[in-house]
Amino acid sequence: MGVLSEFESKRLLASHGVVVSRDRLAQSADEAVAAAKEIGGTVALKLCGPSLAHKSERGLVRLGLDGSDAVRFAAEDLLAAATTDDGEVALLVSEMVAGHRELIAGVVLTEQFGAALMLGLGGVLAEAIGEAVFRLLPASQTDCEDMIDDLGIPVLLGPLRGEPAVDRDALTATLLGLAEAAGRDSIEAIDVNPLVIRDGQPVAVDALVVVSS
Amino acid sequence: MSPTPFDLLFNPRGIVVAGASTHPGKFGFVALHNVLAGGFDGPVFATNPEQPTILGLDTLASVEQVPAGAADLVLVCTPPQTCADILRSAASRGIGAAFVASGGFREAGADGARAENELVDLARSLGMAVAGPNGQGLISSPAKLAAQIVAPIPPPGPVAVASQSGNIVSAFMNYAAHSGVGISRAVSAGNAAMVGVVDYLGWFAGDPHTKAMAAYVEGVGDGPSFAAAIQKASAAKPVVLVKGGTTPRGAKAAASHTGALATDDRVFDGMVRQSGAVRAATIEEAFDAVAAFATQPLPSGPRTVVLSSAGGWGVIAADAVSKSSLELIPLPADLEAAIDRLVPPRWSRHNPIDLAGGESRDTIPEAIHLVAGHPEVDAVVYLGMGIQANTASHLRSGPYFQSAELARICEYHERQDSRFATAAAEASAHTGKPILAATELAVTQPGNSGPAAMAAGYRYCFPSADRAVRSLHHLWWYARWRKRHL
Repeated sequence: MGVLSEFESKRLLASHGVVVSRDRLAQSADEAVAAAKEIGGTVALKLCGPSLAHKSERGLVRLGLDGSDAVRFAAEDLLAAATTDDGEVALLVSEMVAGHRELIAGVVLTEQFGAALMLGLGGVLAEAIGEAVFRLLPASQTDCEDMIDDLGIPVLLGPLRGEPAVDRDALTATLLGLAEAAGRDSIEAIDVNPLVIRDGQPVAVDALVVVSS
Repeated sequence: MSPTPFDLLFNPRGIVVAGASTHPGKFGFVALHNVLAGGFDGPVFATNPEQPTILGLDTLASVEQVPAGAADLVLVCTPPQTCADILRSAASRGIGAAFVASGGFREAGADGARAENELVDLARSLGMAVAGPNGQGLISSPAKLAAQIVAPIPPPGPVAVASQSGNIVSAFMNYAAHSGVGISRAVSAGNAAMVGVVDYLGWFAGDPHTKAMAAYVEGVGDGPSFAAAIQKASAAKPVVLVKGGTTPRGAKAAASHTGALATDDRVFDGMVRQSGAVRAATIEEAFDAVAAFATQPLPSGPRTVVLSSAGGWGVIAADAVSKSSLELIPLPADLEAAIDRLVPPRWSRHNPIDLAGGESRDTIPEAIHLVAGHPEVDAVVYLGMGIQANTASHLRSGPYFQSAELARICEYHERQDSRFATAAAEASAHTGKPILAATELAVTQPGNSGPAAMAAGYRYCFPSADRAVRSLHHLWWYARWRKRHL
């Protein structure tokens, strides 16, 4: 079993139609500054590598960096924080995706029923609240639409604090993309957390794909 | 076409009770009692090595003595170590199916599990189907077959039951006996050594006597084939499922957030919804739902009107509708105008409709037909039935019944509530829309002419407005699943 880096995970999901945040991989602080300029606006910086599954727990994520100095400072800091156990690492420069709503989506291999697709309420309270629905794979488009209906919090999917309603077709397409990606031979699990709703559109801001070795 | 194992179990030519007992406290006595009391449509044999006469039936010394070809099913009530010999004897007499009620197999530990495996191997080599072991038996109303070691014998009807727990089969059958919504087939799968709950559901799906099925499961065995079987059965007929033993255990890959959220119960719930089965939290909710499925047409939409002659219940029902997948529609103007012509102006004029006691003799039946017949209404919840008959019951048992000559008014009240029940059934049949009636009198006073007429007409009378709405939600959920997935 192996884990793809966040960059590779998102690239793989994007190839199945999942909308992911705009990302650039940088090997040095200079490259990170250049990438941040290219992306524009405030950015997030993360240490990125196949052995770095729990970045936020280790403080390897810097959010809302505005300007070259802030990017350079954070980049140097993150590179210095890498340990030899982390193996080969790079810097992932990502656009900041703003949205009040965070969902979580993924695929998990269950003991009893094989692979299952998941959609749930995200954010720091995700596991405590435990609002999550599942369908077995293969899942049809209707199954994915049903998952959105089943989420049990319709008000959350409607217009919210100046943001438009969640685009259900786009969310369905995201789920179908995950289901399709999971249909590839070597993929054991997918975790998209958070799936931020920006202007009604779901955007994968962080993702983790587990592949069988 | 040769009969399937299920035909042999549920429609046997004849039955043998192996291990019939003279002692009324033994399962072997009760089993024979039930087969005879149920009035089975076919020859009944019983075995007992001492050959006593039990309940008027001369027993045979062994299954070997059953005439060849006279029976298809043996109900085994003997100790576990004797079961193999009984299967061999049964096979030699052309008996193709056995229900092994005997315990002492897998549930009793490693030795029992070994014995169970041997019994299955033997049955396969004999070409026999074995239900159980360690099960309470089965009911097959079309054959008047009560091959079970427990009570009750339910009334015949459209509901089929398969369960991993025998007591829960009994619970469903007790509800059936109480409500009048009867049973087509019921089976306690026991240890399900050869035949599991979903196998029975598969057969019920094609059974012309069954309109809806209820199942209780704990373990699901092979998950993907369980899911496929549930989906196949649900595509044919409504399946109501209760799952026991839901644990918060997470999935294997709990390192991810998705994995941590993937508890067995959430995944099971998603599987059930994907498969089109209705999941109920309790046996009570499951019986409500399966009885509704078996006795009501499916709604073609969620638009619901609550019709009541009694204020509070209507409000509570409306609240329940609002919290469900159903839609509490504003009263269409032409319907409001039509009801206005029936009752004095003090009625509610909105949904929930509260007639506010303004009814005369024909108001309720007319109102039921008006509401159900309206093209913008998909379903009706009707409340307030039984109130008049309840008054009658009170007057009848009071001190003035004779002296005040109350018999005539009592009979009128009772006739009225019986009419209301009939009107609800007729309007439903006429419009093809569900009309769910609810009153606590269904439980507190089942002899009340309202609920009694419902039961006599094979319609389920719900014990409360909330429970009626919950079942209506299940009806709409399943109707919607059919539209979207089939």
